[in-house]
Amino acid sequence: MRFTLNGSTVSLDVAGTRRLLDVLREDLHVTGTKEGCGEGECGACSVLIDGEVVNSCLVAAGQVEGREVVTVEGLALPDGKLSPLQQAFVEHGAAQCGICTPGMLLAAHTLLKENPKASADDVRVGLAGNLCRCTGYTKIIDAVLACRT
Amino acid sequence: MTGRARYTDDLVVPGAWYGKTVRSSIPRGRVRSITFDPAFDWSQVVVVTAQDIPGDNVVHLIRDDQPALAVGEIRHREEPILLIAAPDRETLAAAERAIRIEYDALEPVFDLDRATETYSEIEIRKGEVEEVFKGLKDVEVVERTFKVGLQEQLYIEPQGAIAFPEPGGGIKVIGSLQCPYYVHRALKRALALTDEQAVVIQAETGGGFGGKEEYPSIVAIHAALLARKAGRPVRLIYDRHEDLAATTKRHPGVIRHRTVVRRDGTLVAQDIEIVLDGGAYCTLTPVVLSRAAIHAAGPYGCPNVRIRARAVATNTPPNGAFRGFGAPQSLFAAELMVEHVAERLGVPSLDLRRKWMLRLGDTTATGQQLTESVSSGLVLDAALKAAPPFHRSNVPSVRRGRGLSLVYHGSGFTGSGEKKLGGKIAVEALPDGTFRILTASTEIGQGTKTIFSQLAADALGVGMDKVVVAPQDTSLVPDSGPTVASRTAMIVGGLIHQAGLELRARLEKRPKPALPVRVDKSYVQPDTIHWDDQTYRGDAYPVYAWACTIVDVEVDMLTGEVRVTDLVSAVDCGKAIHPVMAEGQIEGGMLQAVGWATIEEIKMKDGGYQNDRLATYLIPTALDAPRIKTVLVENPYSGGPFGAKGIGELPMDGPAPAIIAAIHDATGVWLDEVPATPEKVLAACASR
Repeated sequence: MRFTLNGSTVSLDVAGTRRLLDVLREDLHVTGTKEGCGEGECGACSVLIDGEVVNSCLVAAGQVEGREVVTVEGLALPDGKLSPLQQAFVEHGAAQCGICTPGMLLAAHTLLKENPKASADDVRVGLAGNLCRCTGYTKIIDAVLACRT
Repeated sequence: MTGRARYTDDLVVPGAWYGKTVRSSIPRGRVRSITFDPAFDWSQVVVVTAQDIPGDNVVHLIRDDQPALAVGEIRHREEPILLIAAPDRETLAAAERAIRIEYDALEPVFDLDRATETYSEIEIRKGEVEEVFKGLKDVEVVERTFKVGLQEQLYIEPQGAIAFPEPGGGIKVIGSLQCPYYVHRALKRALALTDEQAVVIQAETGGGFGGKEEYPSIVAIHAALLARKAGRPVRLIYDRHEDLAATTKRHPGVIRHRTVVRRDGTLVAQDIEIVLDGGAYCTLTPVVLSRAAIHAAGPYGCPNVRIRARAVATNTPPNGAFRGFGAPQSLFAAELMVEHVAERLGVPSLDLRRKWMLRLGDTTATGQQLTESVSSGLVLDAALKAAPPFHRSNVPSVRRGRGLSLVYHGSGFTGSGEKKLGGKIAVEALPDGTFRILTASTEIGQGTKTIFSQLAADALGVGMDKVVVAPQDTSLVPDSGPTVASRTAMIVGGLIHQAGLELRARLEKRPKPALPVRVDKSYVQPDTIHWDDQTYRGDAYPVYAWACTIVDVEVDMLTGEVRVTDLVSAVDCGKAIHPVMAEGQIEGGMLQAVGWATIEEIKMKDGGYQNDRLATYLIPTALDAPRIKTVLVENPYSGGPFGAKGIGELPMDGPAPAIIAAIHDATGVWLDEVPATPEKVLAACASR
C-alpha cells in the first residue's frame, strides 16, 4: 500500500486489516503516536488523515491508501524548528509526562485551523477527545488560546 | 513534543518476543489443574511457571507476602499464575487460548467487617478521649461515617517493561517506572541476582501518580523471567484493559468520626476510626495507613484525639500507592466533619475552621509542635480573595453551590523514614565544562529534571544548558530513594543544591582540581526531628504544605449529574522552584481529585472490576474540567532548597470534601461519600 506520511510517500507491504497505529509504530518506527487504550477513548493515538483528527487505533491501515497522514513528527516547521503551537506548549507548561502531547498537539492544530478565533469553550470541545491525566488541561488550553490568530 | 522521546513501548528491540501474563479468573481458591492443549505446538513459545523462578517467589516490598507467580493458592482475580512469550502476537494469543486452568473455588471475603487478616494497626493518642466521653456535659457530640471509593491512577501510558538477558547471567530491564531501586531490589530477590547483575533503567514514563511505585516490580520480574527462559529480550507491555483489571488502585475505606464540641465552638475531642481495604496482598498498605492516620484529625488543633486505624485483607486485587497515599481518604472525612459540626452548632463552617486551625506553635495529633511554615491562615485568606463571584442558579432544574476545604500534607517520608533511607545523589564536573546530576529520582511528568537542573545550575553559577541529568539507570546513579511522598524537590532537590554549592567551592580552589570532580551527598535528617514508630508520637513530618480549595458546582436535579464549574486553590509549597510547573502539577492533581469525587467509580463484581476499560472507567476530559485557578502562596521552610516543601500529593487532598460541601450547599443533602455519582445524588435528594 501507498500513502503520504508527513509529506513523504511511503509504500509498504502489510495486511490492510492491521491497525494504522501498529503499522506506523512497528513497521515504520514512527513512534510519536502512542497507544493509551486501544479503543478510541483516550486520543493518545490521534493522527490526521487528510487533515481530520482520527484515532489511529480504530483505523485499518488499508483505509489510508492514497491518503495523507500526519503524525506529531510532521508538525515541526520545515527547518526542524518547533511550530508556534509546539513552542506555546513548551512555554505554557502544557506538557508534563508527554504521553498525551502528540495527540493533543494534533487535535489543537486542527481545531485552530478550523477555528483560528476559538474561545476557551471551543478549545475544550476541540480537545475533549484527548485525555490528559497530568495537567488538569488548564495549561494546555492556555497554550492553544495563545496561538489564535 | 516532537515525537522523539522514547517511552518503553517505543523502543525498537530486534529479536524481542512478546510476553503475556496468564491470570486467575476467580477471587479465591486453589488451582486444581493447568492443562496445556496438546494440539498446540508448545515448542514455538516459552512458558514460565513458578518453578522457573531462580530466587524467592516473592515481589519484595514490605511483607513479602505476594508471590511473583501464584502457586496453588489464589487470593484475587487477575492474580498472575503463568507467563508466556512468543515471537509474534498471534502465536502469543493462540498459546494463551490453549491453556486451561481449573480451580477449586473458596468463599471470597470482600466485606471489611468480615476480614480475618489485618495488615497493620495504628493508634494515635493525644490527651484523654475516654475521659471526655465519660463526662459529657454542655457539649454537642457529632457522629458521622464516611466512605471513600477505589480510584485508578490512570497514567495515560500503561505499565510495561522490556527485559534483556545479559552476559554473565545478569538481567537488564527498561521500563515505565517511578522507583528504579524498588524494581532493582525486587529483581535481585526473585531472580537471585547480585547488585551488578540486576540493571534497571527508566524509559520516558507516561505518568505514574503512585501507580508506578510498586507495581512495576511485578512487570519487571515477569519480563525478566521470560527473557531468562527465552534467552532473548522480551517485551511485556500491558494493554489498558489488563492495566485497569490487574494493577493497584487507591485504597477504599470507611472512616468514622465522633467529635465533641462545646456550644461556643471549642473543639474538645476527636475520636476517629479508619478501616482501609488493602486487597489481597500487603503491598504498601501499612505505609498508606500510616499517612491516613497521621492526617486524620485534619489541620486542626484538638486537646483530646484518638485515631484508631487498621487495614485489612480482602480478596480484591491489591490496592497500593496513589498520590496522597491515604491522606485524601482521611482528610475527606476530617473536612466534612467540620461541616457537620458547624451545621449542628448553626455557625458558618469557615468560622469553625478559623477557630480550630493549627497555627504556628500549635501541636498536632501526634504531639508535633509546628515551629515554622504554618500557612493555614495564609491559604485560607488567599483562596477567599481569589474565588470568583458566586451566584445561585436561575434555572430551576440546576442548582449551584459552593464548598471550601482546608488541608495540609506532610512533605517527605513519615517520621524517621528519611533517616533510614539516607537518599544519595552526586553532582559531577566533567572535563568538557558541563555538569552531570546523578540521581535515581525519576521524571514522570512532574518536572524533576527541570527543577534539579535549575537547582544545580543555580548553585554552580552556570546556565541550565551546562547541566545534564544522567539517565535513571541503577548501574550509573545512586539510590536517591523512591520518587514518592512529596519528597523529590524538598529532600533530593535539597541534596543536589548542596552538592552543587560544594562542587563549586572545590572548583574555585587553587590550584584547580583535575576533572572530573564528583561530590556525593547523602541525606542527613536534622536532629531536631524526633519520632517514635512504636507510639506514633513526635514529628511525623519535617514540615507540611497547605492548601485551601474553593469549588463551585452545578447539580442537575433531573439527572443527578454534578459538574464542578470553578476551582480555586491557594497552595503553600514553601517556594515554587518552577512556578509554571508547580501550578501545572497542582492543577493536574486537583482535577484527579475532582474525578475521584465525581465520576471515577469502580463497580465491583465477584472481586473484579466491572468497568475495567477506558470506555467504562471515565476520567475528566477538557470539557468536564472546571476552570482552575491556582494561587501560589510561598511561606518558606528552612530545610528545603530555597524554602521548598513538597507539592506532589497535596492537590489530591482538598477538592473532594469541598465538592461534597458544595453539593450540600446546592441541594441541602449530605452525601458523606465519594464518588458523588448521579445515582447517589438522586437517591440522596429523593430520600430527603
